Amino acid sequence: MTTVAPRGAREETATAVTLRGASLRFGERTLWEGLDLDVSPGEFLAILGPNGSGKTTLLRVLLGLQPLHAGSVLVEGTTPARGSRAIGYIPQQKAMPEDLTLRASDLVGLGLDGHRPGVGLRHRAERREKVRAALESVGATRYASAPVGRLSGGEQQRLRVAQALVGDPSVLLCDEPLLSLDLAHQRVVTELIEQRRREAGTAVLFVTHEINPVLPLVDRVLYLVDGRFRIGTPDEVMTSDALSELYRTEVDVLRVRNRLVVVGAEAPHP
Amino acid sequence: MNDNLTRLFTLDGTGQLLGLPFVQSALVAAALLGLVAGVLAPLIVARGMAFAVHGTAELAFTGGAAALLIGISVSVGAVVGAVAAGLVFGLLGLRQRERDSVIGVVLAFGLGLGVLMISLYDGRAANKFGLLTGSIVSVDSTNLWVLTAVVVVVLAVLAVVYRPLLFASTDPDVALARGVPTRLLSPLFAVLIALTTAIAVPIVGAVIVLAVTVIPGAAAARVTANPLTATLLAVAFAELALLGGTVLSLAPGLPISGYVATIAFLCYVGCRLVGRARGQVRVG
Repeated sequence: MTTVAPRGAREETATAVTLRGASLRFGERTLWEGLDLDVSPGEFLAILGPNGSGKTTLLRVLLGLQPLHAGSVLVEGTTPARGSRAIGYIPQQKAMPEDLTLRASDLVGLGLDGHRPGVGLRHRAERREKVRAALESVGATRYASAPVGRLSGGEQQRLRVAQALVGDPSVLLCDEPLLSLDLAHQRVVTELIEQRRREAGTAVLFVTHEINPVLPLVDRVLYLVDGRFRIGTPDEVMTSDALSELYRTEVDVLRVRNRLVVVGAEAPHP
Repeated sequence: MNDNLTRLFTLDGTGQLLGLPFVQSALVAAALLGLVAGVLAPLIVARGMAFAVHGTAELAFTGGAAALLIGISVSVGAVVGAVAAGLVFGLLGLRQRERDSVIGVVLAFGLGLGVLMISLYDGRAANKFGLLTGSIVSVDSTNLWVLTAVVVVVLAVLAVVYRPLLFASTDPDVALARGVPTRLLSPLFAVLIALTTAIAVPIVGAVIVLAVTVIPGAAAARVTANPLTATLLAVAFAELALLGGTVLSLAPGLPISGYVATIAFLCYVGCRLVGRARGQVRVG
């Protein structure tokens, strides 16, 4: 067969992300060690844990910005390199200056080719079409030429999804993308990410400290606490026993109307 | 008082002066500087580097003063001072708070040294004053060639790094995640600013460098969010200020600083008013 399969429609045996015996240390402090993880195409992995447990650092490893102390890491079968086309990245919402000279369409366009040298005069028609399609897919066409600094946090995060997806990635790394959004916008952004996963089989690694907004979508959870970790389905990991063992203190997980409430897992002081 | 006012705005003889070779050299220098300053300005504003540019210009002054004192070319001294300052500021990256205080420290020290060295220098007074206000009418063909070379180098480097630089300047976190070498671009951009500043200081003075590398970008950002339009507008504002300032300063025989700074300032105020009027329309 020589047909070109769209991304995500590849064989089930291929993994999007593979970590083997991965360890990361900063000086004396071990963030995590002996981490074995396989994330399949189309899988939704939530990465949870208190502040300073190395959630964001794990994303930095996958982005090729942070070398491992020991072990190996593969993204789409290759060692992560800066600027990999295979990866889309969604950051948390941050205020942008009101007079920043950047329109919504520019922000998305930079996600496509902002890392390439030059001034961007070549392939303009093709680029414009890709940006247009990405803006449309997140329902941001209406404010395509609005200054990004004047958009609401929810509108900005829609753009972030478009910016991450415009390069057609097979792995989507999300670093607290729902933080500081209201519930309605949390739902919109979550649905956009879920839609991409369903339609293109994109693997999603979703760093969050609040699992409830994504709980129905999560296939597995990676829970990091103070150098220890646990991987499994939400039903396996989000239990009083599992979390008490991770935190080494009494933690209770309560289920209230399809929401999980974790009691007693305050962040240990670093 | 009245005489002074009349002198400020006189245009007597401007026509004849425009025909003189040294005036034409001055206008070419102003146009070249306006081009490169206008192109850099929106990026300087997006990166929040107005204070860094100020620091760089003052350190170019320090370098120029040192050169004056030890008897070497003022231009060489200015380049050394500005590039050294630019590298220090560039390596500080985009962490605003730390950068702010380090620039303050370096600037104060450099300015103090510069004033001391100027005081020790016992040559022509015009040379001393020239470093702060510039003397555009003293531009000779050598200056013009050096200025042209710097403009070509800066524009050539920008042609290669413009897009990643815009990404790193406006959206640093995602730019880093997408593999843009932000750590490399910061000092590179600072050196571009330093080269421009250093060449411009002896010609137009430390004060004007700041007026034309920051104000045009800040003004443009008030009326457009399109990066290309902002760049074109900034170039237009910088040219208007520099060429207009040069022409207006001819007949009175005064330094161009006040004229250039005033035109640039009026561009900024105008853009703020336009931006505000539009903003009210949009919000409804």
